[in-house]
Formats: sequence, C-alpha cells, structure tokens
Amino acid sequence: MPEPFQLHRDPFGRLALTDAHGVQHLGVNPIRGFPISAAEYGVSICDQEGRELVWIRRLSELPGELRNLLEHELSQREFMPVLESIDKISTNNEPCEWQVQTDRGPTAFVLKSDEDVRRLDGARAIVTDANGIAYLIADLNRLNAVSQRYLERYL
Amino acid sequence: MTETADHGSNLPARWSAAIDRALRPGEKVIAWFETDLNVELRFAHEAVFLTPQRLIALSSSGQDQVREWRLPADLTLLTRDFATVGGLELVDSHNRLAVWRYTTARSAAAQRFAHRFEVARVGHANGDGGLGAGVCPSCGGVLNTDDGACPECTPAAAPPPVSSLLRLIRFAKPRLGMIVLGFVLTLAGTVASLAPPYLTMPLFDKVLIPHQNGLPVDPTLVYWLLGGLAGSAILAWLLDWARTYVLAWVSERISADMRSRTYAHLQQLSLEFFGGKRTGDLMSRVSSDSDRICNFLSLNLIDFLTNILMIGLTAVILLSINPWLALVTLSPFPFILWLVHWVRQKLRRGFRQSGVAWADMTSVLADTIPGIRVVKAFAQESREVERFDQSNARVLESNDRVNVIWSFFGPLVTLLTEAGLLTVWAFGVWLVFAEGITVGVLTAFLAYISRFYTKIESMIRMVQAVQRAAASAHRIFEILDRTPSVAEPKIPYHPGRLEGSIDLVDVRFKYGTREVLHGINLSIKPGEMIGLVGPSGAGKSTLINLICRFYDVSEGAILADGRDIRSFPVAEYRKNIGIVLQDPFLFFGTVAENIAYGRPDAPRDEIVAAARAARAHDFILRLPDGYDSLVGERGQSLSGGERQRISIARALLIDPRILILDEATSSVDTETEREIQAALQTLIEGRTTIAIAHRLSTLRRADRLVVMERGMIVEMGKHESLLESPGTYARLHQAQLELVQGLGA
Repeated sequence: MPEPFQLHRDPFGRLALTDAHGVQHLGVNPIRGFPISAAEYGVSICDQEGRELVWIRRLSELPGELRNLLEHELSQREFMPVLESIDKISTNNEPCEWQVQTDRGPTAFVLKSDEDVRRLDGARAIVTDANGIAYLIADLNRLNAVSQRYLERYL
Repeated sequence: MTETADHGSNLPARWSAAIDRALRPGEKVIAWFETDLNVELRFAHEAVFLTPQRLIALSSSGQDQVREWRLPADLTLLTRDFATVGGLELVDSHNRLAVWRYTTARSAAAQRFAHRFEVARVGHANGDGGLGAGVCPSCGGVLNTDDGACPECTPAAAPPPVSSLLRLIRFAKPRLGMIVLGFVLTLAGTVASLAPPYLTMPLFDKVLIPHQNGLPVDPTLVYWLLGGLAGSAILAWLLDWARTYVLAWVSERISADMRSRTYAHLQQLSLEFFGGKRTGDLMSRVSSDSDRICNFLSLNLIDFLTNILMIGLTAVILLSINPWLALVTLSPFPFILWLVHWVRQKLRRGFRQSGVAWADMTSVLADTIPGIRVVKAFAQESREVERFDQSNARVLESNDRVNVIWSFFGPLVTLLTEAGLLTVWAFGVWLVFAEGITVGVLTAFLAYISRFYTKIESMIRMVQAVQRAAASAHRIFEILDRTPSVAEPKIPYHPGRLEGSIDLVDVRFKYGTREVLHGINLSIKPGEMIGLVGPSGAGKSTLINLICRFYDVSEGAILADGRDIRSFPVAEYRKNIGIVLQDPFLFFGTVAENIAYGRPDAPRDEIVAAARAARAHDFILRLPDGYDSLVGERGQSLSGGERQRISIARALLIDPRILILDEATSSVDTETEREIQAALQTLIEGRTTIAIAHRLSTLRRADRLVVMERGMIVEMGKHESLLESPGTYARLHQAQLELVQGLGA
C-alpha cells in the first residue's frame, strides 16, 4: 500500500509534507507521542501551527527511505543524553553540580532539587537539570558502583 | 552592551588564540556565541564570531576548522528551538549554509546573537530593542555577561559547603545569652556528677579498709564523706533541672523562629516553586522537620555536650589518679571512635534513603486523599492501596537496612564496654597485689569507667538522632536557600498609586523549556478595558500571571506607567491590582474577613458598601449569621455565583487601578448572571481592566478585544469590527453560537 503522504527536505533543511490530497505543507514537525515510554510507537507530523497532519502508529511500518528521513529529523530535535556514569557530585545538598559521562560525551550540569531525579518503570530513571534537559538512565543496575552510590540517596 | 576590542571580557580562553589568528588587522569582534553541542548533538563547543565584515565560525578541533561568510549579503540568522535543543541556522535566499546546535542553556544567548547579527547586517544600530539592556531590570545590577543573566539575581549553583546542622547557628545567635547559660549549667552539672566516685576513694582507703583492719576511724570523716556524696547528688540534680529547662526553652524558640522564617520565606516564593513542590511535603517541612530539630537541640544536643564533657573530665581524673591504669583503661577508646565514625557513614546514607522513601509515601497520601472522589468514582481503591503498599514496602526495606547495621552495632558496643571493665579489673587487681594502688583507687576507677562507657554508648545511640536532625535541617534549608524567582528589586522604585497604563514590550515566557508566549506587544491606556479572547492554551492566563507578576517574563518587559514592573517592590505593585478569578478561593473565616482580605483594617461601612456594590449584600444577609457567617473550607458552602460576588467585593474594597478578571466559562442561571454582570459593571468603571472574556456581554463591553492563539496576538479590535472580518475571532464566535443553539434545541 502506498503511503498516503510524502516527505522531502527543502534546501533550507526543512521538512515538507505532501498529504493525501496533494497539498504541500512546508516546515512540518515530527513529534513522538511517547518519547520515553514507547519511542517506537506513535509519531505525529504537525504543521507549523501545531495541527496534526499525519499520525504514524509505528515508525517501523514505514518504507525505508521515509523512515530514515523521519528518524534523522527526530534525532536532530530530540536531545536526551543517556547517562553512563556519574563521576562526581559537588556537594550533598542541592543545588549541586554533577559531572557525568553520557553517550554524547562528558558534560556537567546543575541539579536544582532532589525531586528532579525520578524513577521510571523498571530500572530506568530520569535526571532533569536546571535547564530542563533530561538525562536518561537506561538501567540503574548496570551503572558502576560509584554512580550507584551517588544515586542511592535520590532513589 | 558592546563588546570591546578584546572580544568581550567573558570569551572563553579556548577561543582567543584561534580568533586572533582568524581576524584581519583592524577587524574586531562585535559579538560572539558559543555553543555547548556540535552538529551531531554531542557535548562539545563551537563558536561563531561576528565582525563588521564577516561571520567567522570556529570549532573546538582547532584553527583548521575555520569557516567564514562575508556580510552584507542576503544572509539571515534564524534560531529554531525544539524542546531542549535549539539550532542557529545561517541561510541565504536559496539555501541553508550552516547550522550550530545548542541546549536550552544557551538559547537566550543564541537569540541575542542573531539579533546583533541582524542589527549589524542591516547597518543601523537602533539599540538592542529591549533585548540587552546594560542594567538588570530586576535588581538594578550591571549586566556584563553575554547571556544577559544577572549575576546578582541568578542563584549560584554551588551552595555554601557548610553542613546543614552547623547552619542552624544562624538561628541560635539571637539566643546566645541563654545558650551560654545552658552551657555553663551543663559544665557545672557534669562536674557535680563526677564528684561521688572521687569521694568513694577516701571512703575505702581512710574509713572502710582501716576499720576492717581494726584501726580507729574518725567518725566525723564518715559524716563528711557521706554528706559530700549526698550533697553532690543533690547539686547535680538541681543543676540538671535548671539546665534541661534552659536548653528546652532555647530550643523551642529556635525551632519556632525557624518555622516562622520558613513559612515567611515560603510566602515570598513565586508560584513557580509551588508548582513543582507537593503540598504535603511542604507542610511536613514546616511542621515536623522543625519539630525534629527542636527535639534534637533540646534533648540530644545537650546529652551530646554533657557526654563529651563527661568523657573528657573522666579521662583527666583517671590520668591524675593513676596514669598507667588510666592508659590501659582508655585503650579501647580510639577503636570505639573509629567504629562510631564508620557506623555514622553507613547510617547517614541509610537515613537519607529512608527519608526519601518516607517522603514518597507521604506524597502518595497527599495525592490520593484530596483526590478521593476521583479514586472512588473510578473504583480504583484497591490500586491506590497497592500503590501505598509499594511505597510502604520501600520504607520498610530502607529501615530494615538501617536496622541491620544498628542491631549489630549496639550489642558490639556493650561487648566493648564489658571488655573495658574486664581490663580494668584484671590490671587493677594486679596493681593492688603489686601494691601499686589502693583498693579505694580501684573502686573509684571502676565507678568512673562504668560511667565512661555508659556515656559512650549513649553518644553512639545519638548518632541516629544527629543524622535524622541533619536530614531535617537539610530539608528546611532547601526552602530557605531558594531565592524567589520573582525577586525584590535592589534599588526599588515606589509606585504609589498607579495611573494604570500597561505596556507589554516583546514579552516572551517559558515554562521550563517550552515557550508559551512568543513576543507579545500591547499598549493599554489607563481606564481601558481589554478583553482577552482565544482558545484554551493560547496563553491568556499566562499573560495575566505575568501582569500580576506571579511570574517574571523570560524576555522583554512589562511596563506600568512607563516603568518596568520589576523595579517596583512586589507588594506595593500588587496593591494596585485587583483580581477576580473564575473559581474564587475563600479562606476559612467570616464573610466580612473574606471581603476585607486585601485590606484587613477596612471599616465595616466600607465592607458593606463593597458587598452592596458587588450585589452580594442581599444573599449575605440571608446567611445565618450575616456578615459573621463562617465560610471557606470548614464553613458554609456557597454557590459559585455567590463566591464570585464575594470576590468582586474583595476586589472593590481595595479599589485597585488595574483589574484582572478571569471569567468563568461555565454559565450560571440568567438571574445570577445578571447580578454578576451588574456587579462587574461597578467594578470595571474607571479602572484599567484586563479580562479573560467568555460572555458575550463582557465581549461587547470591552473597549478592545485582543485575540490570542498559540502564544501570539492574532487579532485586535472591537467586537463588531472583528466579527466582520473572517478571522479567528469570527470563527470562535460562530462556534460559540452554534454551541448555544445546539444546547437550546
């Protein structure tokens, strides 16, 4: 079955969508419905006004090229570094500075309050820094001992 | 804010050499921007520099990574912000030429840089358009960082490295006199309680043993010694009594001060703080945490001090009687100290964990008890019980972990005590046989040493209390350390009574990383009535919260009478504002008190006049106790329309220059509606009014309607003229009409 829509990238790097009626929408935004709990499920493509144009149940159901384009675009706007280890937390009291290793390289951030560390389902957890950037911990049990000890007091 | 020849004083050192190489002679940097990500969204630094002729890009891999674009051309810098990342894009009329990526931490700086670029490219420098004033609008401090953050207002990331318990000293200072008295009493009491064992020495050596050996004994000496024993016991009791009372007195006051200060500080914090914190948690911090600290100060801390004194004095006495025996006796002491330290480490982590688990459990309670109607309506009682059980199990688990350490440690100390006593017996007996000491000395030693170890034991038990108190102190200081994000100005301007003009200049606002207002510009004349219209989520309430200064704008400014509202003391500014909310909150108290909430000293005449003007007088008189009827949480329940009118009266009484009206969407019966409308008419008269309007009558009455959509103003004008043009307002109005007709049919 041919897809009821087409996507391409214009010279400005914006996505353009041609819908089932042949209408072209410029500068559309793909947005994940469940970015944390089920990233694969549900991607919505919205126009610049924020109105949904297309709902894709699963990215994997799309043909390869379309999926690559979407996934690349999503990767450009999604930023949730995966925390791999905690090297140091500056003090016992918040706000404190965390020096960490992530899948996107080493960085440091400020944690405002102990409530910004929260446990998700299973062994996952999320740390949100003072700027609202979320760091995902994929598996608490697979962190090294030092990191686990640092996290103990939050979870 | 202009950068000088040295590229601006805050340019990170990693770029200075590279940019010096890249610059031509005489060329200087106007502005720069440093990213915190690279194009692949990995943490890295790249930098863009703007000179009058060129845009120069450097990346952290060094000078071989220099790119440049000449100005002027058809170049534009665009910023695009997604949730937590943004992109600065350089485009010409055909293509995108380059992209730089950054996290939200740098997005303000990126926008500033793009703005400077625009100014430089167009070639006219008409100021910074309100983007980068050199003075912080909030505190009047000088801004010199490139991201425009005021160093005075931004809370420092690193807190003072003093442990929370030591910081309690701040609260102890005003009570210094009583604290010193308490300490002196403690010292005296300790000395008195150490006297009896000392007196047993002559009792044995000069009385009992000579008597046993058939030697004559002076009976007065016996009386003296026994009298001394009794006297010191009574003295110790009296001193102990005084000491306990004094220190309890002090600690009650310290914790009361702490409660007041915490509560007062809590009231200062902006709504932003309350949005993020749970009510139950905040309540427990003010009440039970301060109580725990009080207990710690009055009971444990005294004990702790007494014990330290006791241990020190005992050691001195023992050494003075017989150094050798003393050394042997005290030999396990260092080991015990080390053990205490070790356990403390273990326990601290354990307690912190159990504290978190406990907070989790209370927040489950705070969640579900107020929401009990929802729980029952959806028949989710068993799931909530399960949820509670889960967090309760976590409390149990963390407490178990603490208990494992604790149960091992307590008896171990007892064992060590026994071992200590045994050493004294063995070595002492040997010394007596070797004629090194007398029996009296040995008895005194045994008496002292058993006290010594009891004290050590109780000190160790105190470790638990200390750790708990430290955790509580930490939770309280967490509130006290929070600087209000709606900050009081450093150099305040007193507004007095405002004229009532309001200007919004390029107002932007972010909730976390989401920008909800995108550059609002609006001028409101004194006495004008503005109706804010738009679908829900358009940013109307946010705009009103900003005008009331419940939050501060992220960018841009709100001016009242031509002055930035951040230059007014918050309370003085709010005195000029009256608010009528959709679902007015009544405090527990009488009707009169609720009307006079904004002006507690208002005379009764004025209260009644305000109620009359708000068309509330009649129904108030129908209440059982008239104006003295209790309303609010535990009082009379009033209908929505009645509460609305009380809140209108409340606003009328303070006679504000600026009126904020958040109209209820739900319709009431026609009669009540007419009453409310009449009340509102009185209220609006002659005041600058900003109303979130839903009712047709309000819409018609407004001097100007401002139609908002997705955080922007899309239309503006009178009701009739807006209806004529096919825009958002006409669409909304049509939908409303259809709804009303549909309901009527």
